[in-house]
Order: sequence, then C-alpha cells, then structure tokens
Amino acid sequence: MFRVTTEPLNVQQVNDLVKRHTDGAVVTFDGIVRNNFDGRLVRYLEYEAYAAMAEKKLAEIGAEVQQKFAVGEIAMMHRIGRLDIGESSIVIAVAAPHRHAAFEACAYAMDRVKAEVPVWKKEFFADGADHWVNQN
Amino acid sequence: MQIIVKLFALMREKAGTDTIPLELPTGAAVTQAVATLVGQYPILEPYMANTRFSLRMDFVDPETLLAEGDELMLIPPVSGGA
Repeated sequence: MFRVTTEPLNVQQVNDLVKRHTDGAVVTFDGIVRNNFDGRLVRYLEYEAYAAMAEKKLAEIGAEVQQKFAVGEIAMMHRIGRLDIGESSIVIAVAAPHRHAAFEACAYAMDRVKAEVPVWKKEFFADGADHWVNQN
Repeated sequence: MQIIVKLFALMREKAGTDTIPLELPTGAAVTQAVATLVGQYPILEPYMANTRFSLRMDFVDPETLLAEGDELMLIPPVSGGA
C-alpha cells in the first residue's frame, strides 16, 4: 500500500500490512517530527504534497525496491498537513524472508523518497519565523 | 494554445496562487512556458534553477513539448520523509 494521507499514521498497522508466512523479518521505519532544525526550536511542521504524483512515485519506488532486494511486500504511508513534534510523518515497512535484505531495502526506500517524491516540508519555529526546507 | 501551470510550496506562496493559465504558441516547450511564466511573475525567477517539471505525474525534461490543455507542474526541491 502506498498512500498520502492527512490522517495520523498507525505504525503497527503499516507493519502488519506487509507480513506473509514466508517472511522472517519486517523492518519498519517510523519518521517523526523533531523539535529542532540547525539549533532552532521547531514548534510544528506542515507538509504539502502533489498527492496523486506522490502516491505514484511511492509505488514506483516500492517496485524498484522489490527488483533490487530479496524482499516481499512493502508499504509506505506519508502524512501531510500540520504535524506536531513527535508525530509520524512517514512510515515504511518492508518484509523479507531474511533480515539483512529488509534493513537495506528500508533504508534505500527512504533515501529514494527523499529524492523523488513531491512532498514539501515547512517548519514553524518557536520564535514565530517559518521556512520551506531546501527552497530558499 | 492554453496550458495550466500548477505551483506548490514556496513558489505557490510567492505567486499568491497555485494555478496560472498561460497562452503559448502551438508546440511550445516547457522552457518557453517557464520564460512566459517568469515574464508574468518575475518573483518566481530565482527558484527556476532548482525546479523540476512534471506532466501527467512523471518528471519531464525542459525540452519536452507541451500540448493544448496540459497541466505543467513546477516541482521545487522535495523535502518529504522525516
């Protein structure tokens, strides 16, 4: 499953989506909102997406990961809208017969998301300022 | 021909809108759409060097030819994930 949603993410649910009886491992990455950027205190974030293309890119990355690594099912969910500190912005779950492939595939999938999926993060700082990450 | 340009994130805020219709010569390429857009919205010019383009949910080269009714998405550097 590859989805962009405004709803809170349920890590266990994404984890459970990918399990098959032939798998010995699920590696799940839970990306959460951090309270600082370059030493500045962050109050909350807003994520914006070109949602239709983002879901298509997530699915393409999923297929690419399955080509490259000995893994089974993969699921990726990205949350958009306002997120508070500690909330999950992305959850990636990869199941595999053996753990090494699942660890590597999960890390690779996350790197690809950060490069190719049209989602943008805006940080709102405690001092009242805000900025779009990587856009100035 | 007419096309629609869609903006996101910082460029959307700078332009004050997410949708800009453009009138272009038939057979114009993405680069011509960008030149026309920047002519109308000079405030967007500084961001173009780092902008990618998308048509029908795929990234395309700046040399790609446009067709009547196309929706050209301007994709700033992405920053999704965590």
